[in-house]
Amino acid sequence: MTGAHTLALDDLQELIDILSSRGYSVLGPTVVDGAIDIRPLTSVSQLPHGWGDEQDGAHYRLRRRGDDAVFGFACGAQSAKPVFFPADELLWRSRSGPDGPQIDRPDDDRPDDDRYGPPYAVLGLRSCDLAAIRIHDRVLTGRAVADAHYATRRTDSVIIAVTCTDPAGTCFCVSMDTGPVPSEGFDIALTELYADGPHRFVARPGSPRGAELLERLAARDATDEDLAHAASVGEQAAQRMGRRLDDTNLKNILYDNAESAVWDDVADRCLSCGNCTLVCPTCFCTSITDVSDLAGATSERHRVWDSCFSADYSYIHGGAVRESTRSRYRQWMTHKLAAWKDQFGTSGCVGCGRCITWCPAAIDITAEAGELRRVAEHREERRARQP
Amino acid sequence: MGTAGKPSLAVWKFASCDGCQLTLLNCEDELLSIAGAVTIAYFPEATRAVVEGPYDVSLVEGSVTTPHDAERIQQIRAMSGTLVTIGACATAGGIQALRNLGDVREFRSVVYAHPEYVETLDRSTPIAAHVSVDHELRGCPIDKRQLLELLAALLAGRKPRIPTYSVCIECKERGNVCVAVADGTPCLGPVTQAGCGALCPSFARGCYGCFGPQDSANLPSMTRRLRAQGMSEPQVIRLYRTFNTGAEAFRAESQRVVSGSTAGTATAEEVST
Repeated sequence: MTGAHTLALDDLQELIDILSSRGYSVLGPTVVDGAIDIRPLTSVSQLPHGWGDEQDGAHYRLRRRGDDAVFGFACGAQSAKPVFFPADELLWRSRSGPDGPQIDRPDDDRPDDDRYGPPYAVLGLRSCDLAAIRIHDRVLTGRAVADAHYATRRTDSVIIAVTCTDPAGTCFCVSMDTGPVPSEGFDIALTELYADGPHRFVARPGSPRGAELLERLAARDATDEDLAHAASVGEQAAQRMGRRLDDTNLKNILYDNAESAVWDDVADRCLSCGNCTLVCPTCFCTSITDVSDLAGATSERHRVWDSCFSADYSYIHGGAVRESTRSRYRQWMTHKLAAWKDQFGTSGCVGCGRCITWCPAAIDITAEAGELRRVAEHREERRARQP
Repeated sequence: MGTAGKPSLAVWKFASCDGCQLTLLNCEDELLSIAGAVTIAYFPEATRAVVEGPYDVSLVEGSVTTPHDAERIQQIRAMSGTLVTIGACATAGGIQALRNLGDVREFRSVVYAHPEYVETLDRSTPIAAHVSVDHELRGCPIDKRQLLELLAALLAGRKPRIPTYSVCIECKERGNVCVAVADGTPCLGPVTQAGCGALCPSFARGCYGCFGPQDSANLPSMTRRLRAQGMSEPQVIRLYRTFNTGAEAFRAESQRVVSGSTAGTATAEEVST
C-alpha cells in the first residue's frame, strides 16, 4: 500500500480547501432533515459528527454514536447518482431569433457564480456507491452512444471514498462483492480510525491525482500499525452486514419463475410509488420531455428521472405494456438481478440496501429473492421425488 | 377564435370555492404573457367583459351538485373546443362529495329554514361524469406551474407534461428526505398523483392526498402502512375522505375500511363526527 498517509481532521479541511481553490464544487455527507445526505460542503464541521444511523425496512433514524466519528454511518439517503446523473437535465434550448431558431447548449447559460456546478469533488462515498458508479459508467458511457453530459461530469470529478465502519441493518454489499472496503474507482480512499488512539484517517491514493493531493497535505506517512488497524476495521465491518442476498444461480431462478405466486404476494404490498428506483444508485430510467413557454418563443428539452413503476413509463401506442404492479415489480427485480448480467455483464444490485430502507411498504429485495429461491427449490425437490 | 387570431379562453365555475380560478389570477409574473397569448373571453371571477362563444379552451372549476348545473355543463361542452377540468371539485367531486356518503334531504332539513327552496342533487359528481373531458388538472387547489404548462402545451399543440405517477417521484427529484421513512410521519405520497412539486413533504409534512389517487394506487397496502404508523381506523378513513373523497380509489378504500373495521368500531357516523 504505497503512498498511504495518516490524516487528522484538519488535513481533511485542507483537502477540501485545496479542491475548492482548484475550482471543484466539494460535496459530502451532512445531516439533512433527519437523515444523512450529500450536500455542498465547505467545512469539516458540516460532516455528521457523532451521528450514526439505524436502518430497516421502511425505517431510517439518526442515532447519537457517543463518539466523534464523522463517517460513522452506513450509506446515506442517496448515492452519488443525483450528482452525476441529475434528476432533471436540460439537454438543449431553442429560441426563436431574427434568423430563425437558435439552439443553445446548456453550458452556454450556466451562471458564472454557480458555485455548485461541475466539476465535482465528492467526499465520503462508500464502496457500494463506487460499484454503482462503475455500473453507470458502463451503462451510460460504454455503449454505442455515450451520454455526453454524464461523461463530462465523471471525467472531471474527484472521488474521495470511505471504508464503511458501521454497516446498517439493510446493508448487504458483502453478498454482492462490492464492499465494504473501496477497491477501485477512487482518487483517495479513507478509513476512519477512532476506537484507539487519536481520531485519524488512513488515506490511500487510488489515482495519480489522488497521490498528488495527498502529497500536498503536510500529513505523515501511515505507520504499519495504522495500516493494520485500518484493514481490521474493514474486515470487522464485513462481518456485520444486516442482510444477505444469495446470488448463486439467481439469474436462472428469476428467469424460470416469471409466473411464481411470489410476484402476486409482493404486488399485494407494493405501492408502485417508485421510491426503490429513485434511491437505487444504478437505476437509470428517464423520460425525455419538451417544454415551451406561452409565447412559443423558447422551448427546452429535458431528460428527467422516471420509474418503471409508473404506468406511463411503458405506455406505447395502444396502452401500457406493464399494466399491473405485479408485472412492474417483476420487471424491476428481474432486470436488476438477472437480465442486467446478460445486458451489462454484472448484477445491477450493489447491496446498498436503499431500496429496502426507503420503500414505504418495507419490501425487501433480499427477502423476495430468498422467497423466490425457496419456492423454486421446493418445487424442484417435489419434482425430483416424483417417479 | 378570439380577437386578433388568438385562441379564446373561458373559465367556468360550478360548485367550488374559486381557489383554482384564483390560481390563474395568481400567475402574476405570467399574466401578461397569458393575456398576450389568448383572448380571455369569459372569466367572471376576473372581468365582467364577455365575448360570445364558442370558445377554443374552457377551464372548468367545480363539481355538479344541482339539476341546473347538470344542464349547464352540457351547454359548455357544446361550445368548447378543448375542455379542461381544474381542481379536485371538478375532477373528483370535491370536499362536497362527502354528501355522497349521507342523506342530503336530512342535511338540508337541518341547515335551511326552508329546505323546499333548495334544489340540489343527492350526489356531488365530477365533470367527467357528465361530459367528455380532454385534460384534467388535479389538486386543491391546482398547481400554478401545471396550469401554465397545460396552457403552453395547448398553444403549441403538444402533449402537456402532466405526470400521473406518485408524489414520491417529485419528492426524490427535489432531493427531499422521506418524511414517512425518516420521521414516521403518515404520508399519502405513495398513493397520490404528483403535480404539486411535493409541496407538503418539502415542508416536513405528510401528503394528505389533495391531488387524488396516482395511476396505480394500492390503497389497501397504504392503509396497512398507516395503521402500522399508529393511525386508528377512523383516522385512516378521515384521511381518505377529504377533497378527493369521491375519487374512486379513495372512496372504495375508505368504504372497505369502514365495512371491515373490527367490531364496527369505525362506523360512518363516528368518522363523520
